[in-house]
Amino acid sequence: MAATEVQQPLDREAFLKMAKYPLIKSSDMMEEMRNEAVEMVITAVEKYSNNYELAARLVKESMDKKFGGPWHCIVGEYYGFEVTHEVKNLLYVFAAGYLAIILWKG
Amino acid sequence: MQPPSAKGPSPAKAPSPAPTKAPSPASGVRPSRNVKGSKVAPAPEEEVEVKKAEKTEVKKQVEIVNGAPPERADGNWEPPQKELVVPPEQLKLTPEELKEEITKTLTANNPFAPHNIARFTYKERQFKFDPMVDQTMVHFSSDGWMLNKDSEEAGRQMELERQEADARAAFEAQAHKFAGGTDSELVDDNDVCAIKVVRCLTRHSMRARASRRAGRTTGGRQQSILQPQDADVLTSADIFSKVSNLPQAAFEARARKPAGGEDELVDDSMDLRNSFNFSERAAQTYNNPTRDRATATEPPHTNDFCGMATQWAIFDGYMEDQERQRLNKELRKNKGTAASFTDGARKSSVNVTVTPAFCFLQTRVFLPSISDCTQDNPSTLPPFPQNKGTGASFTDGPRKSMSGDGNAGTSGSGPPRKEETESVVHNKAMSKAVKVVERMVNQNSFDDIAQDFKYWEDASDAFRDGEGTCLPLWKFYTERAKRKHVTAIAWNPEFVDLFAVGYGSFDFVRQTSGLICCYSLKNPSHPEYTFTTESGVMCLDFHPQHSSLLAVGLYDGTVLVYDVRNKINRPIFASTVKTGKHTDPVWQVRWQEEDLSKSLNFFSVSSDGRVTLWTMSKSELQFHDVMELKLSGNVSDTDLEEDETALGSLAGGCSLDFNQHSEHLFIVGTEEGRIHKCSKAYHSQYLETYKGHSMAVYTVQWNPWHPKVFLSASADWTVKLWEHTNPKPVMSFDLNNGVSDVTWAPFSATTFAAVTSDGKVHVFDLNENKHEPMCEQKIVRKAKLTRVSFNPKHPILLVGDDRGCVTCLKLSPNLRKSIKPHASKEVTQEQVAKLDKIIEVALKGE
Repeated sequence: MAATEVQQPLDREAFLKMAKYPLIKSSDMMEEMRNEAVEMVITAVEKYSNNYELAARLVKESMDKKFGGPWHCIVGEYYGFEVTHEVKNLLYVFAAGYLAIILWKG
Repeated sequence: MQPPSAKGPSPAKAPSPAPTKAPSPASGVRPSRNVKGSKVAPAPEEEVEVKKAEKTEVKKQVEIVNGAPPERADGNWEPPQKELVVPPEQLKLTPEELKEEITKTLTANNPFAPHNIARFTYKERQFKFDPMVDQTMVHFSSDGWMLNKDSEEAGRQMELERQEADARAAFEAQAHKFAGGTDSELVDDNDVCAIKVVRCLTRHSMRARASRRAGRTTGGRQQSILQPQDADVLTSADIFSKVSNLPQAAFEARARKPAGGEDELVDDSMDLRNSFNFSERAAQTYNNPTRDRATATEPPHTNDFCGMATQWAIFDGYMEDQERQRLNKELRKNKGTAASFTDGARKSSVNVTVTPAFCFLQTRVFLPSISDCTQDNPSTLPPFPQNKGTGASFTDGPRKSMSGDGNAGTSGSGPPRKEETESVVHNKAMSKAVKVVERMVNQNSFDDIAQDFKYWEDASDAFRDGEGTCLPLWKFYTERAKRKHVTAIAWNPEFVDLFAVGYGSFDFVRQTSGLICCYSLKNPSHPEYTFTTESGVMCLDFHPQHSSLLAVGLYDGTVLVYDVRNKINRPIFASTVKTGKHTDPVWQVRWQEEDLSKSLNFFSVSSDGRVTLWTMSKSELQFHDVMELKLSGNVSDTDLEEDETALGSLAGGCSLDFNQHSEHLFIVGTEEGRIHKCSKAYHSQYLETYKGHSMAVYTVQWNPWHPKVFLSASADWTVKLWEHTNPKPVMSFDLNNGVSDVTWAPFSATTFAAVTSDGKVHVFDLNENKHEPMCEQKIVRKAKLTRVSFNPKHPILLVGDDRGCVTCLKLSPNLRKSIKPHASKEVTQEQVAKLDKIIEVALKGE
């Protein structure tokens, strides 16, 4: 796919423009919690668009405050992961067309 | 025992147990004091032997020594003479006896202590002898006066004595000094003074000693008491030493002072000993014991999740989502009403793996299944687009369950969606499915009863003739029928498992609202249909052809017609005051064949004395009084006829039944015990009046086979069999209790069942036994049975009681010997012949 991206460099801009919304890739949260978490993730990513560490910290800390328990958050563009999470406490979401954010409690 | 004096030959031989028994006295501080006695405490096993020496006859034990030795004439001293005094009662013994040696052993075994105590030991789980039994017996005990020299207490005491001696010595020295330097008179005076002081001191020390002894038991206290004493002693000595240094005159004055205040001093010491008049008191409150308790809860469930976040994965994700959105848009364009579903699919996040094509597949799979479900009721089928809508929402249900954790994925559940989920639960297809499941569950839980219903045959019937039993099967009861009487039971002529039960009250003073429940044998736990009425239900009848029509008579005189298919709690017809409703309870309703104009009609009988024909027209029930039950004056013509004309009084009808063979003929049972045979053709004229019952006739019923025979049940404890051409009963059966209902069995001309108010069912088969019931069985305890009804097809009957409960009973093989297929003519003839024969015999017997 990357090849196609390279082939159509103009498309990249168009894609990023199109992919402005968060795309929930995987989640087993209750709806209410999920909505809130997505909101939080978007806020953090927009606020610290250059510093993923701060963004992750903001998400993690606000989730800790809001729902309690140890939350973990990863913000990145390219990474692999294997996590153990409490059921109904996982969110894997794409944002801004190039960010993958995973948020879980465990 | 008298202590032997130290002289004479006897003491050596005299028994002296005391020294041997006494524990060796420690070298006492105060040897002058005697040990008067001591605890005799030998070890249990130890034996103390005391050998009694040979008894010496003479000079034994008692010797009296003459105090003053007599002076001899020559002036020489003679040793004092010993004279032996023998008590007069002393036993005289021969020398042999005296020589005899008697050994006596004194053991420390307590004769009262048991030797063989056996106790159960839980450790070895058996009885064991106690190895040691305490044999100690205390005969006498006394505390000694002695102190162990090495003990701390003795040390203190000795210290005190030493101080005392020192003080005394010092004083002596002083006294001597004085004596040396002054004149004798003064010395004397001084001496007296000094002696007094010393005496005072010694008294102090003595007191200290005494108090210490007293305090021995109180332990710690002793010290505190002692100290001021010691201090006192010391200060006294000090004072004295100071005094001795003073000039003489002053000394005199001062030395006298303490001497003069001797009594005061004593008091002082007493005060000191108890200077603070207080008593310590302490209390310990009960402390609740603390307990630790720990528990571990289950750790929250966890899941593993792994993946790889890459730019191309993200890109793919978004592209897929875009594609899905595009497809949904198309879908919406095509089927506008399917919006909610597609919306849900778009937002669903868990099912991202589900390709749009699969989504289509799902809709295609589920939609036809829905139309399948709803096709059974074409009349109630909703309009097409609406149906599609329900279809879409219906697909949502399975999708939800498919996606694992219920809540996952489907996010877009706005208010319109909720409505649709409700309709999923309440729509027709669902209710049908639920009904099926309910019946299945019931069949499962009442499986044994269903098995009994189908296959159980009482094996013991083969061994007894002329007897049978009823096996109780299901019980039909609903909470809403609580405290209501079962007043009517009617089987549905079309569906043999369906029956209607009417609930009301037979009690005039305690009337309740009415209830009609339609039960099916397939679902004993819950009625299929329920209808409520304002007044208590008194009778029911299903139309023989239009099996959903149910005629109902109420306690307040109303007659109603329900269509049970409607399931609405409202009758399709009801009689009103305008349309001539009865003024008293309607006791029986009975459908008639359709008349010429094809309108449906039924008869009712009421306590107000009218037998009325109700015809269902388009909008209302039209009434026509077929009969007015005049009180027949046959009994006492003269009196009653006048009353009758004066009051126009009518007999209260209680029951009626139409003859199946001659349509116009019917019989009416009345409250005063008469039964009238009437014809539809004659208003207010009886064809015949049957007198036999003395109380209200609750039920009359024609025999289903024989055109001339009918039964009646009455409160006068009897069931009577009549032949309608004969004004006297052919047979009478006394059931020893008020008979509330009787009914012919549909399968035999000679079998009928009756229920009585003591809760018994009586089943008769006249072919088998003309006098006794084949079966007399108590069905309910503490309740009256009110109604009985045979199932038209199965060998079961229903009995209702006055507690709102209907019980289903299965007849044992003996009770249904003559089951025949109903239809054929031969069978009918055979049955009629059978009954004819019985009647003939009965009449002959009379």
